[in-house]
Amino acid sequence: MAWRLIFSAAFGRQVAAALDAAARQAAAPKALPPERVHASSLVLLNALQREGRLIDFLQQDITRFSDEEVGTAARVVHTGCRKVMQQCFEFAPASPAAEGSSLTVAEGFDAQQIRLTGNVAGQPPFRGTLKHHGWVAKAIRLPELSEAVDARVIAPAEVELP
Amino acid sequence: MSRYTIGIDLGTTNCALSFYDLSLAEPRHWQESVLPIPQLTAPGAVEERLLLPSFLYLPNAREFPEGGLALPWSKAPALVLGEFARSHGAKVPARLVSSAKSWLSHAGVDRAGALLPWQAPADVQRVSPVEASTRYLEHIAAAWDGKRAHGKSGAADAIAEQEVILTVPASFDAAARDLTLKAASDAGLKNVILLEEPQAALYAWLEVAGESFRAHVESGDVILVVDVGGGTTDLSLIAVTEQAGDLQLTRVAVGDHILLGGDNMDLALAHNLNQELIEAGKKLDSWQFASLTYGCRQAKEHLFAEPKLKKAPISVPSRGAGLVGGSVKTELTREALTRTLTDGFMPEVPVTEMPQTARRTGLAQMALPYAQDPGITRHLAAFLRRQARALEKSHDSPVKVEGTSFVHPTAILFNGGVFKAGVLKERIVQVLNNWLAADGGQPIKELQGADLDLAVARGAAYYGWVRHGHGVRIRGGTARSYYVGVESPAPAVPGFEPPVKALCVAPFGMEEGTQADVPPQEFGLVVAEPTRFRFFASSVRREDKVGDMLEDLHGNTEFEELAPIETTLPGDSREAGKLVPVNLQAAVTEVGTLEVRCLEKGGEGRWKLELNVRMKGDAEPVGER
Repeated sequence: MAWRLIFSAAFGRQVAAALDAAARQAAAPKALPPERVHASSLVLLNALQREGRLIDFLQQDITRFSDEEVGTAARVVHTGCRKVMQQCFEFAPASPAAEGSSLTVAEGFDAQQIRLTGNVAGQPPFRGTLKHHGWVAKAIRLPELSEAVDARVIAPAEVELP
Repeated sequence: MSRYTIGIDLGTTNCALSFYDLSLAEPRHWQESVLPIPQLTAPGAVEERLLLPSFLYLPNAREFPEGGLALPWSKAPALVLGEFARSHGAKVPARLVSSAKSWLSHAGVDRAGALLPWQAPADVQRVSPVEASTRYLEHIAAAWDGKRAHGKSGAADAIAEQEVILTVPASFDAAARDLTLKAASDAGLKNVILLEEPQAALYAWLEVAGESFRAHVESGDVILVVDVGGGTTDLSLIAVTEQAGDLQLTRVAVGDHILLGGDNMDLALAHNLNQELIEAGKKLDSWQFASLTYGCRQAKEHLFAEPKLKKAPISVPSRGAGLVGGSVKTELTREALTRTLTDGFMPEVPVTEMPQTARRTGLAQMALPYAQDPGITRHLAAFLRRQARALEKSHDSPVKVEGTSFVHPTAILFNGGVFKAGVLKERIVQVLNNWLAADGGQPIKELQGADLDLAVARGAAYYGWVRHGHGVRIRGGTARSYYVGVESPAPAVPGFEPPVKALCVAPFGMEEGTQADVPPQEFGLVVAEPTRFRFFASSVRREDKVGDMLEDLHGNTEFEELAPIETTLPGDSREAGKLVPVNLQAAVTEVGTLEVRCLEKGGEGRWKLELNVRMKGDAEPVGER
């Protein structure tokens, strides 16, 4: 540096304190409202409702309806939600083996991918039966939601004008 | 020079973009060359899809939250298009523009006039069919620029700087082609070439087949392209010939414009099921009917994919939140599917059976002139028979038609999402083979298509590559000959129209970038006054030469009347009223449009005759309510 300024010690301390406060303020995370923090979950719910009427289905008490009526509605939910799932995710089984087949869980296995059940004791390798092949989302493509839109509104009320 | 050639399929129900990077020395990987198009799927949600549904929604100013319609390239678009336009438009049909492309080729209305949506409320700012097409192209262009034209080479990679191949139905007339081009130019595309969709489909096949295409076709083959899109059925015949050891492809004929497509099929199924529901006392509203139509499409695809299934269930969701109990159950049976689609749209008929045409009234012309006969096989029969008679008269026909009652295609290429149903392909092949067997022909072979939804866009981009000197180019020129009407002087008799003669100005098969000789006939143009000619085309008169004068056209089904062509010679007041002798000349531009000009006799003057798309012939200007 070709030049420098010399301050009094007191002024220097004041400056340092002010800079400190500014840094703390900048570092503190701005508290986002919950709908922004969880925007992607809400977007997904929005899509599942829009395409597959999932919230309608789950919010309904279905005890008084016949299996046929539930089945009719379930087809709507299945077709629509499946489409959303296919658009947003690529799923693959966590284990490539067939369910019911026996397999060896080697030492150093990935506890994220494999959960042991039943008589869990001793050290790997373990020998066991595949009860459920699990699911892993290999690709995730959630739609972005613009901040202009209130994500808490999963489905707006629809008012039809005559 | 542009780095890319970009193929755009501006479809009746879906648009798509494919591209070819010319800077790469090697052929592209055709699977990886389709641009995902960001579009609104719900207010505030922008997602990418390979297809952009060709739907335009004209929202009310207060309908959606502020900023809810924003796109990556526009904060507050005044219009919605694509996926959300389609889904929301089903609930607000009066604000939804659909099938704009079919209106573009409808000579009965003012195609440049703001008339869509056809039944919009008064506060809706209507758009013209041209403007709707412009909006789709603008959206696609913005999607391209957003994804491809940034960074160092940004400006140079912008779509405006690229060569764009835009596809049109082969059956589009000169005016519809001009309007498509206008839409492209309004959308900022500077460098556009038109390509017929069935040719694009064949290019897509050629790209996938690569060098091995010679193993699939040989000299003497006649390829029939059957392209059934969402709203139109488009037929083309392409002949394979050999010259100096090289195979050549020539498009020899195209069919009439048939407003009949896959959407009609889903609608037909939905109407049948809706009738049953009404009889059972269940009434669907318009949104539920749209859901039923969508459900029918899925059930149809399911049944066609699994031949053992007898029926497929369809659930129509309730309109309100009470999904369980409020949803309506129905099912599509295989019997109904076969009866409605396979037999209804592709009936087994003899080749002599002609499509029924209902008498058209002036009023019927206002709405879209949908095909009166849903039998695609009947339209196909009519096309092949008509073209056989036309080719018979041709002295250098590349197709052998002697002793046959219709053109015998030897290979068939299917295009359009409808043909995901193998059953429908099989039916057409079976019907054709029956005709061929009865007429002494050989069974037809199917050319396995590339991708039924994206082939047209892909083939268009590939055509751009072919234009740069690679692969095989399909030749053909214009699929029609063109005529101007010349009214014969005759004493006026009430109730009788004066006979109209036709002067041939452009022969059949005129190639792009060529112009026809100047016919000897002379016309007088009055300076500063509009001059108008009636304008005709024929898809079967292959032998007429420039200057041929044909007698009375009234009632002659070989001719089809197009929008009239007109011009006004500019001139100052001193010259007004002066008569200028001119000859007419036609040219097919490099872009693929037809241009008719007036050349001043013995002078320098030349004026372009514009197609008047506002009215047809001498008919009253229709399209006004």
